[in-house]
Amino acid sequence: MRYSLLSLVSHALGGNRDWKPAWRDATPQPSYDVIVIGGGGHGLSTAYYLARDYGIANVAVLERGWIGGGNVGRNTTIVRSNYLLPGNIPLYELSMQLWEGLEQDINYNAMVSQRGVLNLYHSDGQRDAYARRGNAMRLHGIDAELLDKEGVRRLYPFLNFDQARFPIQGGLLQRRGGTVRHDAVAWGYARAASDRGVDIVQNCAVTGFLREGGRITGVETNRGAIRAKKVAMAVAGSSSEVAAMAGLRLPIESHVLQAFVSEGLKPIIPGVITFGAGHFYISQSDKGGLVFGGDIDGYNSYAQRGNLPVVEDVCEGGMALMPAIGRARLLRSWGGVVDMSMDGSPIIDRTPMDGLYLNAGWCYGGFKATPGSGTVFAHLIARDEPHPAATALTLDRFAQGRVIDEKGQGAQPNLH
Amino acid sequence: MRIPCPYCGPRDSSEFAYHGDAAPRRPADGDAAAMATYVYLRDNPAGPMEELWYHAYGCRSWLVVCRDTRDHTITGAKPVATHGATA
Repeated sequence: MRYSLLSLVSHALGGNRDWKPAWRDATPQPSYDVIVIGGGGHGLSTAYYLARDYGIANVAVLERGWIGGGNVGRNTTIVRSNYLLPGNIPLYELSMQLWEGLEQDINYNAMVSQRGVLNLYHSDGQRDAYARRGNAMRLHGIDAELLDKEGVRRLYPFLNFDQARFPIQGGLLQRRGGTVRHDAVAWGYARAASDRGVDIVQNCAVTGFLREGGRITGVETNRGAIRAKKVAMAVAGSSSEVAAMAGLRLPIESHVLQAFVSEGLKPIIPGVITFGAGHFYISQSDKGGLVFGGDIDGYNSYAQRGNLPVVEDVCEGGMALMPAIGRARLLRSWGGVVDMSMDGSPIIDRTPMDGLYLNAGWCYGGFKATPGSGTVFAHLIARDEPHPAATALTLDRFAQGRVIDEKGQGAQPNLH
Repeated sequence: MRIPCPYCGPRDSSEFAYHGDAAPRRPADGDAAAMATYVYLRDNPAGPMEELWYHAYGCRSWLVVCRDTRDHTITGAKPVATHGATA
């Protein structure tokens, strides 16, 4: 059913009793053209774009838990395309453009809000780095503005400008960046893919791969074997575990990233702000909670919860940036397991196993890439060649010495 | 999370710096493929794992700690010299 003002009004007059489920909770068929492992944002968007752009609708999305229960529902909902390196910029900008038209495309209110993303700088050196980043963005046709201290003060007068240790000197602003309601992204893509014939199978954990010769021909699951011409992995957080079933080792470590939300407050923070002297980012949800986060815990973890030292570190960052935050009470915190790749950038590529495709290594940045990731991954699966926006994100770039290291930290995933 | 340092006793993990999996061994110079494997590829297990921790705010020893990555249960810590790992 297509959602519209008319459908809203007619259901409201009927007491909202006859809404149908937004997507089919399918049972797995014996075989498909494509199996996508992982029913997170990236898996669902991949299935949707396979059906929409490449006419491949005989697709199953296999989710170990439930739709929306993984990282697509655990992130801090920020979207932006303010990257520096040419290997990354086209993908994130493609994604940003897809966010801008997403709700009309999938007929679902994802609350896309281009409220602006501001990265603060606190030193001359950091200003130069942000000027360079802004120039790189503008050379790729992306909006970027370098603000001085007064420019930041006009937007956010309540920040701690004259902090003795890290005074705010200015910021790099991407006005097109913002936030998107993450649950609605999962549900909206699930509904749009399901409407085009994609089977979304929940509570279906992959336990192994079917092989013929050197080729992957399907998967073993807790609900039986399912055959497919092509199998695609979109299981960031668990990529190493699933890849190991196919005999692959990946340039990835799994780490836990925490996020936090305060009690609901009246509107105070209109956009997204990041602190440049520590790792802290904050925005305010439409419900009023301050949504914020910081560093990963720093050691390998498959626990979907974090430890207290990072809670303290994140809150210290918040207090340094915006002392008023100290009056708000913390409502909830949680953790998500992320793929930290060896250069901090994602991997979207074929694997050495024929018939097996890999989408992994999203580090902190998977949510913002959801539409772009699905688009380029669907292209790779359908055409067996990389999408023009994702030619550099190969699996062999590490061995080849063509890493895409935005932070310049080297092969130390807990520092990216 | 507390790490049982063999020299200092149980200490808070915030005193330590993390250097990841203790399993990779540096290959001989000249073998580019083996070097790429050593630098970039990891088993990344969900379960018990031996890993390198440096007691930066303590005795400044490198340790090999066995920790379960699913629940952070630590079952042992020993000096790196007795383990043979290379940082």
